[in-house]
Amino acid sequence: MKAVNSLVEDIYYDDDIVKKFILATLVFAGVALAAGVMVALQLAFWPMNLNSEWLSFGRLRPLHTNAAIFAFAGNAIFAGIYHSSQRLLKARLFSDFLSRVHFWGWQAIIVAAAITLPLGYSHGKEYAELEWPIDIAITLIWVVFAVNFFGTLAKRREKHMYVALWFYIATIITVALLHVINSAEIPVSAFKSYPVYAGIQDAMVQWWYGHNAVAFFLTTPFLGLMYYYLPKAANRPVYSYRLSIIHFWALVFIYIWAGPHHLLYTSLPEWAQTLGMVFSIMLWAPSWGGMINGLLTLRGAWHLLRTDPIIKFFATAVTFYGMATFEGPLLSIKSVSSVGHYTDWIVGHVHGGTLGWNGFMIFGMLYYLVPRLWKTELYSVKLATAHFWTGFLGTIAYYLSMVVAGITQGLMWQAMTPDGRLMYPDFIETVTRILPLYWVRAFGGILYLAGFLLMVYNLYRTIKGAPVSVPEKVRVVNTRDVTAVETGHRGLEGAVTVFSVLTFLAVLVGSVIEIYPTLALHKYLPPSAQVEPYTPLELAGRDLYIREGCYLCHSQQIRPLASEVLRYGSPSTAEESMYDHPFQWGSKRTGPDLARVGKKYPDLWHYRHMLNPRVVTPQSIMPNYIWLATNDTDFLVLRKKFSVLKNMGTPYSDDQVANADIHAEKQAKEIAKSLEAQGGPSGLERKEIVAMIAYLQALGQKAKETPK
Amino acid sequence: MNILYLMIPLSLLLGFGFIAGFIWSVRSGQLDDTETPAYRILDEGEEQP
Repeated sequence: MKAVNSLVEDIYYDDDIVKKFILATLVFAGVALAAGVMVALQLAFWPMNLNSEWLSFGRLRPLHTNAAIFAFAGNAIFAGIYHSSQRLLKARLFSDFLSRVHFWGWQAIIVAAAITLPLGYSHGKEYAELEWPIDIAITLIWVVFAVNFFGTLAKRREKHMYVALWFYIATIITVALLHVINSAEIPVSAFKSYPVYAGIQDAMVQWWYGHNAVAFFLTTPFLGLMYYYLPKAANRPVYSYRLSIIHFWALVFIYIWAGPHHLLYTSLPEWAQTLGMVFSIMLWAPSWGGMINGLLTLRGAWHLLRTDPIIKFFATAVTFYGMATFEGPLLSIKSVSSVGHYTDWIVGHVHGGTLGWNGFMIFGMLYYLVPRLWKTELYSVKLATAHFWTGFLGTIAYYLSMVVAGITQGLMWQAMTPDGRLMYPDFIETVTRILPLYWVRAFGGILYLAGFLLMVYNLYRTIKGAPVSVPEKVRVVNTRDVTAVETGHRGLEGAVTVFSVLTFLAVLVGSVIEIYPTLALHKYLPPSAQVEPYTPLELAGRDLYIREGCYLCHSQQIRPLASEVLRYGSPSTAEESMYDHPFQWGSKRTGPDLARVGKKYPDLWHYRHMLNPRVVTPQSIMPNYIWLATNDTDFLVLRKKFSVLKNMGTPYSDDQVANADIHAEKQAKEIAKSLEAQGGPSGLERKEIVAMIAYLQALGQKAKETPK
Repeated sequence: MNILYLMIPLSLLLGFGFIAGFIWSVRSGQLDDTETPAYRILDEGEEQP
């Protein structure tokens, strides 16, 4: 009799934490989307950069991407995982305390990001811009999340783990791995560090991270949410549970190998590029398996599409997932990549995924969750439907304008005259051609933001009209081994899980530190193929280049394509970036490639161009960097920077480290003198602009033997 | 390309981890029933709105 009683229990779910994460999602979605509209306007109309150090494109764009991924999608993922897992596992979350630490810790990280990114504290690695103290905080909070989740898993009352939970598990483990490996860095000061990897190795690690961040932060958790909320909203079982299992295992095995498709035609060895391409194409199968599984769940319920905004959002989201995962492998084919890479096609592709798939999944989930959690009805179905159509049109406007802009520009860059010359030798021609499409994109973004605001109002009215919430008891039946529960076996299992997660992370950190010394690239290259490391002033300029986010619009990697060699010079080599901590190859050419810009223009040209690009290129859309002429360079910190780089294998002598500041000041005086001699202003030797010019003039000039 | 000495073992570690997870899921009976789990999530201890 006792055993029977213990099978049925009345428990309380922790829905308060879910509500918290939902409210945070709403707040930070606003920030992410508003920042997105701002950077879109800056590209369409350069004066929107406002001549402001803190609001220029290069600093706001990382704010937009980080807010969209980690604040908007992140908080939504946590809300959905915490809500659905408790129900799937028939257990309250492992620890109320850890849930709150997770919540407040994550919000503190977001606030820290929102402050430091506009101030220019950045790693210069896309989607991993946050500096080292924040990186450590992310790791800690992620471990808290992992312990809380696996602890809940251990004390579950349901033996079987539904497929959504498997997607959550893969997310938690893989994101931890990606973040820890990619963020391995050595601090220089409180908010400055250098990645331990350099050049081609940094590129490999970064895009392994970057690609899998998309896979395991924006795909697997959302698939888990899809497998839970889509059947719930339609009140129908998933089309094929068997297919969902195949979908999961196939996806997690293949995704991790596809990263090099971001580096096609770069100086990465060709076999690695081909490997990445092949695995990317293989992803077609599991991705479409999942997409079909999601859509067919609505079989026999298609009429809901007409009436239920939640189903509208979910069905459209899954359709966008199908489109994005069709387009991704397509873009991974080398010949397609030769046109698409560095263009707005990629930006369009990403936003098809984020606006269409992630955004719409989140909106659908919120419309499902808010009335249920607050025990009331949605304020207005009409407003939700209006949100759907506004958001949908916004996404279409965004996606189409960017694909057309990208293909147009990609083909213009490659266009040749019959006698073998570039048809559009002036880069700016290819920019002005697509400017109208930048306006269409900004308009699409505004529509999407407007739709979101409709939702905020709708949910606000819903919550405001809700009765005072009282936690509700839920009766659950335990289907797990009852004796194990009684003997406290579950507690032990929980401890073991926590221990495994911590061990896993510790092993990772250890491996990086242990393995790193064997990785220094220069040990494996013949001395004749080597390059000179940067001078201290050039390094100071390079750090400004990173601070201003130049890599977001300018690449430093010339591909071995005839049109690129004609436009920029000989293809980039692996040696040329061997001392680059971090690599700055870039992924987008809003402006031209800079790998060989050194010595192409006089110093004064750069000075005038940085302060007002329109003086030398009338139609340029680049921001003015006026503060570079007034801010002073920090010379003294260069000693510390050189010492850190020397420790990581850059061949600097002791004298170069000890006198880095003196050497820098000397070179700065020479450049300041040359500026003055060319007719520029005097007294610039301590200003940041001089360091920036030193770096730009060094680009492509460091090879001991000029590449042929 | 010596970074591969780090990347490949790590990726394999992750891959083997997933394989271990798969084997565990088969052995512990997680995949024995591929029909009813889809139905079960629809009505279980769920409060009505």
